[in-house]
Amino acid sequence: MQAFTCIISSTTDAHKVFKALSDPSRRKLLDLLCAKDGQTLGELCEHISMSRQAVTQHLGLLEEANLVSTTWRGREKLHFLNPVPLYDIYERWIAKFERPRLKALRELKRKLEAEG
Amino acid sequence: MTKSSFVYVTYIRTTEEKVFQAITDGGITRQYWGYENVSDWKPGSDWKHRDPSTGTVRILGEVLESRPPHRLVISWAFASDSSNRAKRTRVAFDIQKIDDMVKLTVTHDELEHGSEMDRAIHEGWPRVLSSMKTFLETGKPLDTWAGKK
Repeated sequence: MQAFTCIISSTTDAHKVFKALSDPSRRKLLDLLCAKDGQTLGELCEHISMSRQAVTQHLGLLEEANLVSTTWRGREKLHFLNPVPLYDIYERWIAKFERPRLKALRELKRKLEAEG
Repeated sequence: MTKSSFVYVTYIRTTEEKVFQAITDGGITRQYWGYENVSDWKPGSDWKHRDPSTGTVRILGEVLESRPPHRLVISWAFASDSSNRAKRTRVAFDIQKIDDMVKLTVTHDELEHGSEMDRAIHEGWPRVLSSMKTFLETGKPLDTWAGKK
């Protein structure tokens, strides 16, 4: 039962991440944070042609998907790119498919070296 | 000199105590992190991050603050830089229960911009936290982690 719950909730997490990434403005915000981490709303607004309110909404969705983490410095809210959910997706969707290929390469190397 | 900082967050379906233990118990860290974190975790004590097979210490520092199971702050430096105070960075773990999940926030600051440590942790923390989450939720570490050692 526990494993079942776990599968459902990690699917929900991934769903939020993919949904958050589906919008070009939100991807742009992540790019801006990747270039310079720890920016305020005002700093982010300077580099994107959108209303402050729209940027706030997009940041809210990114935060909900856990792609953006925030911390307070006095009265300023700083935004950070949080790549942890992207790593979870990498593990789930990429590393798994890479592995058989790496295994095949290792086999080939072993065979060739044994022959040589 | 510009100092940079990073804030990493992961949500784990477990208890605050288990997350704190997963950071401070070397027998557990070696399973999902590949290294043993060793200390008595009292403020002022040293802590070490060492390779369980060779005993080589890779990272070390001092316990700056310890409030189990909610907060742990440690200094963090490569063993080779341990005598150079300027190379010391700082890591804070904040553990907070939110509904049926635990929010773990790792704040790594006092980093020299563009330094070797700056680059290393950028890649390292997402993998460690992803592996910790998988380990605490399923009892198994990430496959790629096991393959790396």
